[in-house]
Amino acid sequence: MKKLMMTATALALGAGMAAADTIRMGTEGAYPPYNFINDSGEVDGFERELGDELCKRAELTCEWVTNDWDSIIPNLVSGNYDTIIAGMTINDERDEVIDFTQNYTMPDPSAYLALSKDVDVDSGVVTAQTGTIQAAFVADSGATLVEFATPEETVAAVRNGEADAVLADKSYLVPIAEEDDSLVLLDREENINMGIGMGIRESDTELREKFDAAITSMKEDGSLNELIKKWDVGATFD
Amino acid sequence: MACYLTTGKHMSLYWSFGTVLLLLAITAPTALVFGFGGAMAARSRILPLRWFGKVYIMLVRGVPDIAFFLFFVIALDQAFEWMRHQFLCPDWDAPIRQGNDFVVCAAAKLPLSTAPQWVHEVYGFFTAVLTFAIVFGAFAANVLYGAMRAVPRGQLETAEAYGMSRHQVNWRILIPQMWVYALPGLSNLWMVLIKATPLLFLLGVKDIVYWGRELGGTANPRFTDFPHGDWRMWYFLALLIFYLAFTRVSELFLERVMKRLTRGQATTGGEAQRRAGA
Repeated sequence: MKKLMMTATALALGAGMAAADTIRMGTEGAYPPYNFINDSGEVDGFERELGDELCKRAELTCEWVTNDWDSIIPNLVSGNYDTIIAGMTINDERDEVIDFTQNYTMPDPSAYLALSKDVDVDSGVVTAQTGTIQAAFVADSGATLVEFATPEETVAAVRNGEADAVLADKSYLVPIAEEDDSLVLLDREENINMGIGMGIRESDTELREKFDAAITSMKEDGSLNELIKKWDVGATFD
Repeated sequence: MACYLTTGKHMSLYWSFGTVLLLLAITAPTALVFGFGGAMAARSRILPLRWFGKVYIMLVRGVPDIAFFLFFVIALDQAFEWMRHQFLCPDWDAPIRQGNDFVVCAAAKLPLSTAPQWVHEVYGFFTAVLTFAIVFGAFAANVLYGAMRAVPRGQLETAEAYGMSRHQVNWRILIPQMWVYALPGLSNLWMVLIKATPLLFLLGVKDIVYWGRELGGTANPRFTDFPHGDWRMWYFLALLIFYLAFTRVSELFLERVMKRLTRGQATTGGEAQRRAGA
């Protein structure tokens, strides 16, 4: 009898676990403080903590997956994972292909990082990561655009003189400038970032609503602001 | 130092050496089988089969590898899922293609989204093996096709004169003799394959170059216990040594194979061996 009950409990538990949806969270893992791979080889950062909390509130089981930035949208629409949570700015061009949740960061200005303050970013060589809003911005400005596949390489290009400056989200560049005395942030900033949201397949309205609700609840109880302050990713929501 | 070299991230780097070696160990023979099949098809007397072989060789050799790896794999994965969807969810009424989205029922997902991460990784690994095998198979097919035509006609005629059937001529004379002509081309492919593994990351499989870049990149003290500057050069240097050592060992091995294959062949190499032995 006891054995039977245990089996029944195990079955019930198993069924319960199967019923909870598994959501695969796609990220890049190369953009601290938003997302990066920590010393133990796991995804860490602002978006890791945020994502885990959102999943808890939406009662979803989440699994983290890293994917190359270049192919991050094609792999989402073909269903290899269910969300993109990778510091991806909401913009119209992307919105045509995928849907976004509401933004979970405030619009963060994009900043220039260079070897000296007197760099001319209107006519010089400016680098940005491929497929970012910053790359699109530089392409339209008068400057020469040099693109790299990863954020790390864009900064390295400035260090070795291949580019005069790098344009990226300010919260990505600030920790780098603070640690490296040879690099400075220019005073000029570009307001092109409309805030970051989670990317979700257009057909997945239900999932988007779940995450939207979770983000709203985190905005309301102030826990999102705490995370923003902890990881230093721009202004807080008021 | 010992602590630094044994972080979880470094362990992932060491593991990825295994991944790369395993990938090569599985891909090389698979690609050779594909190549052999392609070459046989291209030589076939049956017209559709011959077309198939020729189109395979032409098409895959003509498409850039990176395009193949970016789009073909996604298409392949979708094809599998589409077939499973037709089979497993016959009463699903929503369209599979919704705008840009590819939506199949949850049961048709490959692997299931509830499956643990390692299943996804193994699946990714095998799509990688398959893609590499198809790409390198086409090149191998061309090499083997050429090698089959390089076997001296006299050898085949002699076999025919002994009354061997076409099948027997193929399997007893042509195929055993063609390898000596194919080996230089195949060894080139092997060398290229060894160095093509960084394409793996496009498929979501993390290889040694990915981890080398990830570990060598500037480590900011805020995000790690082991801050350092841009050390990619050192990591890449280690990878360079690995690749050079690996290709050198391959060369030595291939030389021995070549010696063995040359024995008794009607080539200059075979003739030289015979004279040296006599």
